[in-house]
Amino acid sequence: MGGHQWSGIKIMSGVAIKRKKSLRERFFKGQHLTIGVPYLWLLMFFALPFAIVLKISLSSPAIAIPPYDALFQYADESLQILLNLGNYILVFEDSLYVNAYLGSLKMACITTIGCLLVGYPMAYAIARAPKQHQTVLILLVMLPSWTSFLIRVYAWMGILSNNGVINNVLMWLGVISDPIQMLNTNFAVYIGIIYTYLPFMILPLYANLSQLDGSLLEAAADLGSRSLNTFWKITLPLSKGGVIAGSMLVFIPVVGEFVIPELLGGPDSLMIGKVLWQEFFNNRDWPVASSLAIVMLALLIIPITLFHRYQSRSMEKKI
Amino acid sequence: MSNRLKKLSFSTVMLWAGMIFLYAPMFILVFYSFNESKLVTVWGGFSAKWYGELFRDEQILDAVATSLKVAFFASTMAVILGTMAAFVMTRFARSWGRLTLSNMITAPLVMPEVITGLSLLLLFVHMADLFGWPAERGMLTVWIAHSTFCAAYVAVVVSSRLRELDMSIEEAAQDLGATPLKTFFYITVPMISPALIAGWLLSFSLSLDDLVIASFASGPGATTLPMVVFSSVRMGVSPKINALATLIILLVSLIAFISWYMARRADKRSRMASE
Repeated sequence: MGGHQWSGIKIMSGVAIKRKKSLRERFFKGQHLTIGVPYLWLLMFFALPFAIVLKISLSSPAIAIPPYDALFQYADESLQILLNLGNYILVFEDSLYVNAYLGSLKMACITTIGCLLVGYPMAYAIARAPKQHQTVLILLVMLPSWTSFLIRVYAWMGILSNNGVINNVLMWLGVISDPIQMLNTNFAVYIGIIYTYLPFMILPLYANLSQLDGSLLEAAADLGSRSLNTFWKITLPLSKGGVIAGSMLVFIPVVGEFVIPELLGGPDSLMIGKVLWQEFFNNRDWPVASSLAIVMLALLIIPITLFHRYQSRSMEKKI
Repeated sequence: MSNRLKKLSFSTVMLWAGMIFLYAPMFILVFYSFNESKLVTVWGGFSAKWYGELFRDEQILDAVATSLKVAFFASTMAVILGTMAAFVMTRFARSWGRLTLSNMITAPLVMPEVITGLSLLLLFVHMADLFGWPAERGMLTVWIAHSTFCAAYVAVVVSSRLRELDMSIEEAAQDLGATPLKTFFYITVPMISPALIAGWLLSFSLSLDDLVIASFASGPGATTLPMVVFSSVRMGVSPKINALATLIILLVSLIAFISWYMARRADKRSRMASE
């Protein structure tokens, strides 16, 4: 150790730079392993599966195990590639699928707006609360989402059903004489989705709003801006990133949602996640299920890139 | 001033209304778990018999054991993968490899579950076709699926912690001759341990909770708890599920409270030390 210090004193800056460099080199020695393990894992279990979905979406269905024909065939000394676009044509021509896509997009739009309308004021109130209360309030918002998702949906089955809590209370009060059909309607699906996805809207909004510089609002107020005006011109534009992140965190998964329309929805709540599930598990039509997934992904590519851009921007900001 | 007060009160009212919206269904769920009657929402007197029924239900108990096993190993693997990825994202020089890795690792965060599940199932079927492995889908395949999507969450949690960290301490350790591996385990890991624990717990709860991906990735060999609950709930409400829900809510609240309390105590202690 002594020698080390001594040499450090003798040749000052040059050694410092050189040492730093060798440090970097040593630091990156295990680089290949560190980057390689997660890289290979994701390549194998994330990227490759998508290639397979794409492949199967282009193959023709067959009554076999697995239920589709091979895409590549080697016959007569030539490699034959059989691309079957029939599944995609079916997806775009069959009104069932088209309506399911439209139903999912409509459902996702309405519930995203619903979550925003409920979540924004909540996130705002939490961000304005005294510092020591904020952690507790966020914890309270997040707590339901750590319990089971399925059970939170199930809770609404007991509340909305014909002999459920709401109908029982209304009939007891004498407001209605016959139960209102709420379970197995689109209304139930809206409620269920807003309920389960609300925390995912509040969290990014809170993260954004809590960093809002309070002095800006004070300055606006000092200059005579009314609070609603301040909100529209300062608070809302500055929280745009949080609004985008929260909306995408709700919108994207809701488009593919299966559990909520299955449990709370009725025959008219047609959503693509449910249709895909049925195509795969009930009809065992793997090629059509795959092309449904590919089209869904194509529809979601814009929201996904929007979210990614926001995510990487906010990550870079932190550095 | 009065205007600002009015707005303040509007968002505060919304906050409390929202909290009631979030918690009322849970309380109703818990309340009716003590219902004597088999009809969940018709009150028939206080009883804890459904808890007894729950603990005699072999299928549910087996599923709980399966889910806990899968969740334990999946969250452990997710922490390893996610931490490595987070390390690459925050400590490595910008490169093509880093860019694709960070894109791939965070993609499952916003991927609809049906797509992830379907794609993994098709992969497993293909692999079984080509190499004869995995011969049967079950716990192993669910473990792989859960490790992959939980790693995304761990990577986000750990990378934000790594970014806040003062790198000079790691540099100092290496200046003093510690190998990168030693630096990582003796310096970095203790400093990011809260994030590692948080990531592990988050993965554990995500894995326990997942229905869609597990339904795709699993075979006849392994039925997880959400799969059992789902098939029972599909038939309608049942007080036994209310009892199960109550236990889950109780457990999660307990863990959340303990971690909050510990974090607060640690915070207080560090504040006292700095004073």
